Amino acid sequence: MTDIIKQKQGDECMGAITGLILFPLAAALGILLVKNDEVRNMIVRVGAAGTAVLTLVVVGLYFKSGIALSFRLEKAIEAVMAIAETAIAVYVISIGIKYKKYVISVLSFVQASAMLCFEFTVKHNIEVKHAMIFDKLTAIMVLVIGLVGSLICIYAVGYMKTYHIHHKEYKERKNFFFAVLFLFLSAMFGIVLSNDLTWMYFCWELTTLCSFLLIGYTRTKEARNNSFRALLINLGGGVAFAAGIIFIGIYYKTLELSVVTSMKPEAAMMIPVFFLSLAALTKSAQLPFSSWLLGAMVAPTPSSALLHSATMVKAGVYLIIRLAPLLGATPVGKTVTFVGGITFLACSLMAISQSDAKKILAYSTLANLGLIVICASIGTQESLWAAILLIIFHAVSKSLLFISVGSIEHQIGNRDVENMDVLLGISKKLALYMMIGIAGMFLAPFGMLISKWVAMKAFIDSNNVIIVIILAYGSAATLFYWTKWMGKLVSRANMNQQSESKFHLDEEIPITILAGMVVVSCFTFPLVSKYALIPYLTEVFGRTALIPIGTNDIKLMLCMLSMLILLPISFIPIYKNDKRRKVPVYMAGENTGDNETFYGAMNEKRKMELSNWYMVDYFGPKRLTLWSDVIAAAILVSGVIMMIGGMA
Amino acid sequence: MSVVKKSPWILHYDGTSCNGCDIEVLACLTPLYDVERFGIINTGNPKHADILLITGSVNEQNIPVVKQLYEQMPDPKAVVAVGICATSGGIFAECYNVVGGVGKVIPVDVYVPGCAARPESIIDGVVKALDILEEKRKKR
Amino acid sequence: MNILILIGIAMLAPVAGGLLTGIDRIISARLQGRQGPPLLQPFYDVLKLCQKESIEVNSMHRFFVYISLAFVVFTTVILLSGGDILLAIFALTLGSVFFVLGGYASNSPYNTIGSERELLQIMAYEPMVLLTCVGLYYAENSFFVKDIVAAQTPSIVYLPGVFFGLIFILTFKLRKSPFDLSMSHHGHQEIVKGITTEYSGKDLAVIEVTHWYEVIIALALVYVFFATAAPMSHVFAVIVCLLVYLLEIIIDNGAARVKWQQALKSAWIVTGIMGTVNLIILSFFK
Repeated sequence: MTDIIKQKQGDECMGAITGLILFPLAAALGILLVKNDEVRNMIVRVGAAGTAVLTLVVVGLYFKSGIALSFRLEKAIEAVMAIAETAIAVYVISIGIKYKKYVISVLSFVQASAMLCFEFTVKHNIEVKHAMIFDKLTAIMVLVIGLVGSLICIYAVGYMKTYHIHHKEYKERKNFFFAVLFLFLSAMFGIVLSNDLTWMYFCWELTTLCSFLLIGYTRTKEARNNSFRALLINLGGGVAFAAGIIFIGIYYKTLELSVVTSMKPEAAMMIPVFFLSLAALTKSAQLPFSSWLLGAMVAPTPSSALLHSATMVKAGVYLIIRLAPLLGATPVGKTVTFVGGITFLACSLMAISQSDAKKILAYSTLANLGLIVICASIGTQESLWAAILLIIFHAVSKSLLFISVGSIEHQIGNRDVENMDVLLGISKKLALYMMIGIAGMFLAPFGMLISKWVAMKAFIDSNNVIIVIILAYGSAATLFYWTKWMGKLVSRANMNQQSESKFHLDEEIPITILAGMVVVSCFTFPLVSKYALIPYLTEVFGRTALIPIGTNDIKLMLCMLSMLILLPISFIPIYKNDKRRKVPVYMAGENTGDNETFYGAMNEKRKMELSNWYMVDYFGPKRLTLWSDVIAAAILVSGVIMMIGGMA
Repeated sequence: MSVVKKSPWILHYDGTSCNGCDIEVLACLTPLYDVERFGIINTGNPKHADILLITGSVNEQNIPVVKQLYEQMPDPKAVVAVGICATSGGIFAECYNVVGGVGKVIPVDVYVPGCAARPESIIDGVVKALDILEEKRKKR
Repeated sequence: MNILILIGIAMLAPVAGGLLTGIDRIISARLQGRQGPPLLQPFYDVLKLCQKESIEVNSMHRFFVYISLAFVVFTTVILLSGGDILLAIFALTLGSVFFVLGGYASNSPYNTIGSERELLQIMAYEPMVLLTCVGLYYAENSFFVKDIVAAQTPSIVYLPGVFFGLIFILTFKLRKSPFDLSMSHHGHQEIVKGITTEYSGKDLAVIEVTHWYEVIIALALVYVFFATAAPMSHVFAVIVCLLVYLLEIIIDNGAARVKWQQALKSAWIVTGIMGTVNLIILSFFK
């Protein structure tokens, strides 16, 4: 009886979910076809707003009870997917041959032929009960993708206008850019909604393609090299994904993620889990697969914000969270944990040595993804709680930071942190939002800190002593590089500089909304925990989950957050009635009076220059990249050995 | 009880001094004379200081520096000119590069004579400056 | 907890911190063969600073120290009323970050160098402080100070390595040589007054009071290792705190300031070895 009701509900209401996936595709098509800039920008705005609205509708409809869907037209959908897969494979193989990147062509060929073979033979005999499942975790992911994604698309409208004014040497292909952004949103919805692994795989590869196209947008040599590197590594992950699916299909005769994760983590199961984890680790750019994410920073900022921090890289950790019941203390689980651990530590340290804002954000993204990987693979209730919260908070804060950096780059002409001390003079709002974003990344009582706190507790509760120590060192390094960036933002050097370009409303509104979301999410995380996380964890673990932070502590943190907001506001009247005597900065008495220059030897005026510490000799990528890659690769190899040993 | 008398922080600046008076000032901080028993701390920072001890005279190069240091000190503040050079230029008063005593640039509260001034005189001068500081504080 | 008790803690802690600072100066003076100031000298200093004229370099930089004070008071109240030690440390970090930002906000060379060094100091001691909290949780199964001090055996029995690491980095937290890179109480003129250079008057008084709270917080971290359910142990714990403080004063007077490279390396190496070995051994018993 219940099955019929659910099925019926599925038939009637699946329109909303299908709409959610198809609407961005339609928007992409519209954008691709329209030539006029202004009309196209309106389509983008409407498309983004529509996606956001659909997201809220879908979540509103299905949040409470969830839904499992099977489609009547499954065969037709799968035929379309097979054709699309073949088309993409042909494109990638030919591009690989054209640019002499033969490994890419080989990988794509292996991947596509294996999957197509599998699809036309074994897959016919496997019954898939539910192709899509929408549970509370899906709801959270859909919200993140839909809301953050649409805000970034709106932001991109304003950003790309200025981008092409500043970079007249790049060919304008804005319709292509926006179309790929919306195609990507569709694919991401597909990944988080899919329960059928082949459907997830198809959307996964679509996101790889989108990433490749967006990184290579400017068509410079550097962009092309970086896009091919991303394609190579992600294709490698795709081959692993395909291998995992084929193994599960042949050996366990199922294609559904929900069925796989409810199985016992026996020795044979470890092999496909390892492959799937490998795919996830490449998608989330963990060591030793990180170089593609660092290179992807050459792309225009909206793609860095959307793909390479807020959403696409979250697909990898999302898969690991789904696989969590099969990881945990198993050999594969421990391998993944330590890969995440070394990524977190090494990338936190390397971020200290960077002064390019986007590089800092990239290393920070890698580190935080490492942390989510650790939490997800440890697999206890507490650590999963932390992992999911980390996803939410990281997506919101990091996208805010990326799009702010994009706007700052246009305002001051470069994106070196050393030059951001003029920002208070140029745009107080941008400085404030950047500071909210940075505070949201590491300061109490914001969300990332809450998650790190629970993560620490979860690691100790599961006796992962080494990981706790890694977390302690990584947190200290994190504090260092964020605070020195904040320091540059609060210093008021040269208040007379003018901004170099217009700060569009299209840029300002998403930034403001995201900054608001950072603050609001810190206030509302207990609600998210109560209504989404605890029910989801209870369902996965079969026993009632407990919120890892006591109510007293939550109250104290809300108290801190209120202090953090009220204290600066209460200073405003004091600041406005300021009658203090102003004196020059102490420069041993040689201040020329403007606080910027002093009298040097021979009474010559010299400019004072202040810069941050980078400690490149200790934490520079030249020193650390090789070692951390080697250690991570060794961890992976030892994981394979343990897995094979477990089967013997 | 006057707190400013119990915790005077000094800033020691050397104008064109031959360093004789400077060494005597520093001697006051040593265990033999130990001015920290009066709460005196030698800060290097005008913004933290109450009393400006100047040794040596002023010349064209350090007139703006002395002015800036005096300006960066918060009220109430006192200036103690240590040694005869700070008072009037001392034996170097006729030199072409010496403008004169510190009083030519900033208002001086206490003059401590000597060449070099003895630590006992310097401490005596600082103690007199404490009373002047208290007077200034009352007037604020 | 009773609001009066919380206010009492907030009012009495700086008094205790100030007295400890006074004792510090007297003992340092005696170690150097001098007489030293009267015991209440820190209070005279703060009161005098409050009477000074208010000057500033720009209109914004002084607010950071007030926010820093607010969070340091918050930390002290949480710690001394038996609350969550990890939350207290996070609040303390927040306060420290604001203190550092205040240094940047004045756009002054000495302040900025002081801020960078202060950040380095925080980065050097932060892992050990986090490992202390984690170690205490591991040993006593609770993050709450009231549970940790209500145990049967003192935590030092389980965590001698962590305790040693804590004593090592206490030198950073108490701003003593050889790790007083950012603002030294004694070597006044290396980078002038470091991170406190551009402050004066009431703002400097606030910084002084903040440091009194920080002394109490640092000693509270030592206290929780020795206090147990037995009443005598509390007396013993206080005596140990005072002895540790005396040790820090002696180290302060005996050691010269090191360069930042040595400070960071030594802190991280000691943390790594002591923390890791201790926690791994503990994990075998769990």
